[in-house]
Amino acid sequence: MSNSSKEIHLASVDKIIEGLGSASYVASRQIATAILIAQNLDKPILVEGSAGVGKTELALSTAALLGLPLIRMQCYEGLDESKALYEWKYGKQLLYTQVLKDKIGDVLQGAVGLRDSMTQLHQFSDVFFSEDFLEPRPLLKALQHDDGVVLLIDEIDKSDEEFEAFLLEILSAFQVTIPEIGTIKAKTPPIVFLTSNATRDLGDALKRRCLHLFIPLPDAKLEEQIIAARVPEIEARLRRKLVSFVQQLRDLDLKKLPSISETIDWARVLVLLHAEDLTPEMVRETLNVLLKFEEDIQGAHNKIPEMLRQAEKVAEHGIHAATI
Amino acid sequence: MQQPFEQFVRALRAADVPVSVAEVIDATEVIAAVGYEDRQLLKDALALTVAKSEDEKDRFEIAFELFYARTEFRDEFEAWDDPTQDQTQKDADSDCEPDGGDGGDADGSGDGDGSAQGSQGGEGSVPGMQSDLADMILAGDGEALASALEAAAVEVGAANIKVFTQRGYLARQMLDQMGMRDLERMIAALERESGEEPEEGSKLDALSRGRMQLFNEARDYMERQFELYARAAGQQFREEFLETTSMANIPPRDFDIMSRIVRRMAKKLASKYMRRHRRAKRGHLDVRRTLRRNMAHDGVPFETVWKFQEISKPSVVAICDVSGSVAASSRFLLMFLYSLNEVIARLQSFAFSSHMVEISDDLEDHAIEEAIPAILQKIGFRSTDYGQMLRDFRDEHLDSIDRRTTVIVLGDGRTNDADPEAQIMKQIYERSRRVIWLNPEPETFWGTGDSEMPRYRPYCHVAKTCNTVKQLERIIDDLLRSSVRA
Repeated sequence: MSNSSKEIHLASVDKIIEGLGSASYVASRQIATAILIAQNLDKPILVEGSAGVGKTELALSTAALLGLPLIRMQCYEGLDESKALYEWKYGKQLLYTQVLKDKIGDVLQGAVGLRDSMTQLHQFSDVFFSEDFLEPRPLLKALQHDDGVVLLIDEIDKSDEEFEAFLLEILSAFQVTIPEIGTIKAKTPPIVFLTSNATRDLGDALKRRCLHLFIPLPDAKLEEQIIAARVPEIEARLRRKLVSFVQQLRDLDLKKLPSISETIDWARVLVLLHAEDLTPEMVRETLNVLLKFEEDIQGAHNKIPEMLRQAEKVAEHGIHAATI
Repeated sequence: MQQPFEQFVRALRAADVPVSVAEVIDATEVIAAVGYEDRQLLKDALALTVAKSEDEKDRFEIAFELFYARTEFRDEFEAWDDPTQDQTQKDADSDCEPDGGDGGDADGSGDGDGSAQGSQGGEGSVPGMQSDLADMILAGDGEALASALEAAAVEVGAANIKVFTQRGYLARQMLDQMGMRDLERMIAALERESGEEPEEGSKLDALSRGRMQLFNEARDYMERQFELYARAAGQQFREEFLETTSMANIPPRDFDIMSRIVRRMAKKLASKYMRRHRRAKRGHLDVRRTLRRNMAHDGVPFETVWKFQEISKPSVVAICDVSGSVAASSRFLLMFLYSLNEVIARLQSFAFSSHMVEISDDLEDHAIEEAIPAILQKIGFRSTDYGQMLRDFRDEHLDSIDRRTTVIVLGDGRTNDADPEAQIMKQIYERSRRVIWLNPEPETFWGTGDSEMPRYRPYCHVAKTCNTVKQLERIIDDLLRSSVRA
């Protein structure tokens, strides 16, 4: 089922934009192209961009669009393969040895001498290190799914360099090698998203295996579409004004620029407060939704009236801040 | 289409977008998947495959636009409406596209086909003379002219352009390759024939306009080639030069480039040392934690935990001489250190010429490019007094040095014959983890005149000449590496 739905939804850039739109994710052409190419070439997508531009959301929406399960793996320093790939079920293995001890008499029935017992024992398969005792972690789970999954490896830049190297086999061949068992290959190659905030430079080997998608902060038009999709309750004029205000805010010299998720939060806050218009007081009170540093809030404070006037003009004439 | 793509990869590499062979293979698959029809799609798709960072995406964008700009001029050539020829004849002409695909054919060696002959049979024909180029111009076949131009460019090696002044010469060579001489001879013959100003709409007029256009095209083409292949290379050359030039001699106009170089170096070092802050002590079992983790398994140690070694970030105190000749070096040292904030735990900086002031706050609050000139304005360019500097430091900041601190002193050690106060240097030496003295002067000058380097040197773990940014990079690399072994 999923194969055909994949083909339908991922046939062209426009189809993808439309599909993601129905999952209320407004994708730019670049984003849609990335998914199209990834699908054609069976390659993972490495998504970079500052926090809150919708990197993780993209994976979630793609999963929703295709009706595939999403397997998410959050990376952090010290993450290793026993947490990411597989682990042996130690408790079960212990239990198994206990059972074995009890049953060993039955197994060795009629065996005479040590050599004979060993030959008898060898006839039994070695279940101790078998898939029955394997506890699959996110990566292995993603490979074992029949219909394929969307695999999200979140914030890969937070993990150690060793872990990055360990990912290479999965990313290039969609397979893993477990020393005791052998190589496990994906039944259906998963759609893989890796996200990074660029807290450190990723290795060239990893970058080489991925498509690299950079999501910038959106322009006014795109941001309006996003707000319209995410916060449909908000009235069009207010939306335009709000977006224009945020766009102007991004031109200021700030420590942390507000990204899309902050704009969405702000729009929600305004809806909750039943705001009909942006007044300087209202903006001042809710500015901490957009700006996360005290210095930034202070810095923006006295520019609010001016920026609001500008936003008013934009809302009035329907021109975007970028074109003024 | 393979060949142009390889050229494009070359252009990307020249623009400092490293493209590996594997990525070229990927890109070829991408092109096969998306095709050449949709330009935007092609651009986005290629950007995904070959440009792997934000900067690279920008450079990719520029290179792509330049490289594929050439497809646009194909429509600019207008067909010449020969008044004496009937419509059907002309259609036949434009249907037959002269083969400009390989440059060898373009030199007008004269295998013009039948219908091309036909077009020359009209008004003002030049007996015994023919030119493929003229045919293409008269037919208004921009497509063929464009590909002939490109073929000629390959033939003369236009992509190997190195310096700006080559472009005129190479453009002329390209035109010759396309058979410009034949065209010119033909135009000359036509001029002799008509003897005066060419009439509007005559063959001569069409040809000479076509020639002008070709000249412009060829020159534009070469300019684009220069932008594509040589400009970035020239910049790289300049950067390499600046890296190894004495910091004192770098002209202010290059400070922009310098700050980019310094940032790049700092970023490289930062990512080199940021990665591992923990290192396994091989062979040391952490018994306590192993037992705890295996409680679930009845104390049977299935999982072992090994001891780790925490790797500390260095904390740095930088003391910079900002007098005269040393000021330039100080500037770059500070720029370097402040670009490394990810891998340095604590950074305190001081500047002095006679008295010493702490400048950490200035540098943290303002962009380095602005802060440093302001500091230099305030206290720089006076005669130095190292003794006074050390006394100031002892009185106010000696407490900030502990056994984890690395002290970097940057200065020439010329005290203007004042008391060097070497015993304070000794105190610093004893308290700190490392003292690194960077001196812009070569070692043979140390101790000459009023240089007190020999008296400071025993109290430095490292004393080095540091004159170029390259040396600076090496020393800071060393600093970061040694703190890893802590």
